[in-house]
Amino acid sequence: MQKRLNKRLFDRLFDASLPIIAALFALAVGAVMLLLLGANPLEGYAALLEGAFGNKNAWADTIVKATPLLLVGLGICIAFRAGVINIGGEGQMIMGALAATLVGIRLPSWPAWFVVPLALIVGFLGGAIWGGIAGFLKARFNVNEILSTIMMNVIAVQLMNFLLRGPMIDKEQIGAAAIPQTARLARAFDLPRLVPTRLHLGAAIAVLLAVVVYVLLWRTSLGYRIRAVGLNAFASKYAGISINRTIILSLMLSGAFCGLAGAIQVYGLSHRMVTDGTAAGFTGSAGFNGIVAALFGQLHPIGTIPASFFFGALLVGATKMQRAVQVPAALVITLNGLIVIFVVSSELWRRRRAKRRALQKMVDA
Amino acid sequence: MQDFLDWTVVIGILSSGIRLATPYLYAAIGETFGQRSGVLNLGVDGIMLLAAFSSYFTVLTLGSPWLGLLVAILVGGLMGIAMGFISITLQAEQGISGIGVYLFGLGLSDLLFQKFVGTAKAISGFKEFPIPLLSKIPFFGDIFFSQSVLVYGAYLLIPLAWFILNKTTFGLNIRAVGENPEAADSLGVSVQKTRYLTLTLGGILAGIAGASLSIALLNVFQQNLTNGMGFIAVALVYFGGWRPFYVLLGSLIFSFVNALQVWMQVLGVPIPSDIAVMMPYVLTIVVLIFSAGRVRPPAALTKTYERGS
Repeated sequence: MQKRLNKRLFDRLFDASLPIIAALFALAVGAVMLLLLGANPLEGYAALLEGAFGNKNAWADTIVKATPLLLVGLGICIAFRAGVINIGGEGQMIMGALAATLVGIRLPSWPAWFVVPLALIVGFLGGAIWGGIAGFLKARFNVNEILSTIMMNVIAVQLMNFLLRGPMIDKEQIGAAAIPQTARLARAFDLPRLVPTRLHLGAAIAVLLAVVVYVLLWRTSLGYRIRAVGLNAFASKYAGISINRTIILSLMLSGAFCGLAGAIQVYGLSHRMVTDGTAAGFTGSAGFNGIVAALFGQLHPIGTIPASFFFGALLVGATKMQRAVQVPAALVITLNGLIVIFVVSSELWRRRRAKRRALQKMVDA
Repeated sequence: MQDFLDWTVVIGILSSGIRLATPYLYAAIGETFGQRSGVLNLGVDGIMLLAAFSSYFTVLTLGSPWLGLLVAILVGGLMGIAMGFISITLQAEQGISGIGVYLFGLGLSDLLFQKFVGTAKAISGFKEFPIPLLSKIPFFGDIFFSQSVLVYGAYLLIPLAWFILNKTTFGLNIRAVGENPEAADSLGVSVQKTRYLTLTLGGILAGIAGASLSIALLNVFQQNLTNGMGFIAVALVYFGGWRPFYVLLGSLIFSFVNALQVWMQVLGVPIPSDIAVMMPYVLTIVVLIFSAGRVRPPAALTKTYERGS
């Protein structure tokens, strides 16, 4: 009996540590790449660690970088649990940020305790609408959500460029040299800083919401429906669950968290929106990297917390590594790609082990 | 607005539309093969980027566009095999692993570019190759027969792909494996081998797609050169209902709208450029609404296959 319990514990531990093993493999491949680029991998990774955790500011930057990853990751958890692949985090972040910024610009002299929560809620809704459109297209017209969310990303970027160059531009920016950006939001609207660093309240909001999403997914009937549709759409239909409604709702929620991520980027960090013409210029690719973080957290909201932290550290540390060993920071995007590949591929071993356990049970019985 | 009706403008729009469709055609036809065999490869854009950089770098250092093309084919083929290993042998979730391949290609192409090139330098890649006699035909000659070799290749690929898919044993195997892998397997068609072949072919074509950008159409490389073209190509496969000639139709519509949008800006039509750039993407969504559900996707698309499971 004791032995069997130990065995089961080991199995669970092994399954839980699979993504970490996969990530270590990816980092090992990264080390080989560093070698090939003529850099010392130990020195490179040491600089990366130093850059991410070297002092109080580095820690703060890592957490600040992790915040949008966690929020987007929460949205991704919801969508993927419903069996819907949301690639539209970038666009949803932008729409949420635009909507939230508009609130701040329009109500400059209203009290912060009213404007800031309102702006975050509006950002949440902005993302929800953008994600909901993809959900509606899938439910009503059977349009593949991977494709529609990718198109909607481009549309959102262009909308941002248009608004920041025209209707929403900072009135002080005039002439041909005008920077496409909004005016700075009133200082009263800045999210409170937690310690004298860049660390702002957004991180705490994100962690709190991770718990909320956990409760939503595992303790409410909506969450049950979302997971049921993701596990077996056919069976849930027979259980009386409306698949179309669940898909639309889960993409709305997914987009909402991405939208909130965008809104928090504005109120916590940049305090205005500015565009360099690309999505990454505003999002820092958090809409994509959040997917990576969620997968790494095994699509579990609580698991996504340390996962986002890990990727936040990678992204912050990469800049330091770039300076220390002269390897472009783009290495981290490459590593992110490898981690995704290794993590999804490692699922095979989990399935194999589960199958073997089931067979063993059958033989024992 | 008078200018808009000018023949040179019409020729300009049509000929750049034909040219702009090239990378989409290569990538989308390659993706069609993969999807017909049941594998969704979402990493096309990453493969295009890696091949675009490697062919660009080859031309930059060695000067020969043909050598550049060869390198693109090799890199694309290798990436196709890698995608096969991930999605077929390791049976990883296709949509997500494709994103991984995309990020890998996006990061690595930028990394290598920054490390070995630094700032964008123009190269001289494939030149326009007017076809003798045909290019002299008024109007049509300028539009169709005064393009680069890679552009002609893209259009020749369409009937070829149609023929392979519909008239050869290999094509029949591909379709069988994509519709009902268990049955195909029981009749002695190797599901794994067929899917590896289509993914390798898809990778090679994605590689050529990338090269067509960096060493024929634009003759330059920069970070994220494709700007999501590979994803559009995947959308065009859905739009085309997994049939080469409809994929061609979709690519042409998308590219003509794109060309029109560029020319409208050049001619000063009063539409904000940011909104104009959006048009082809809005159109793609609209077109997807009308085309989705019209044709049934391959039944085994995105489903991994394991014998006896």
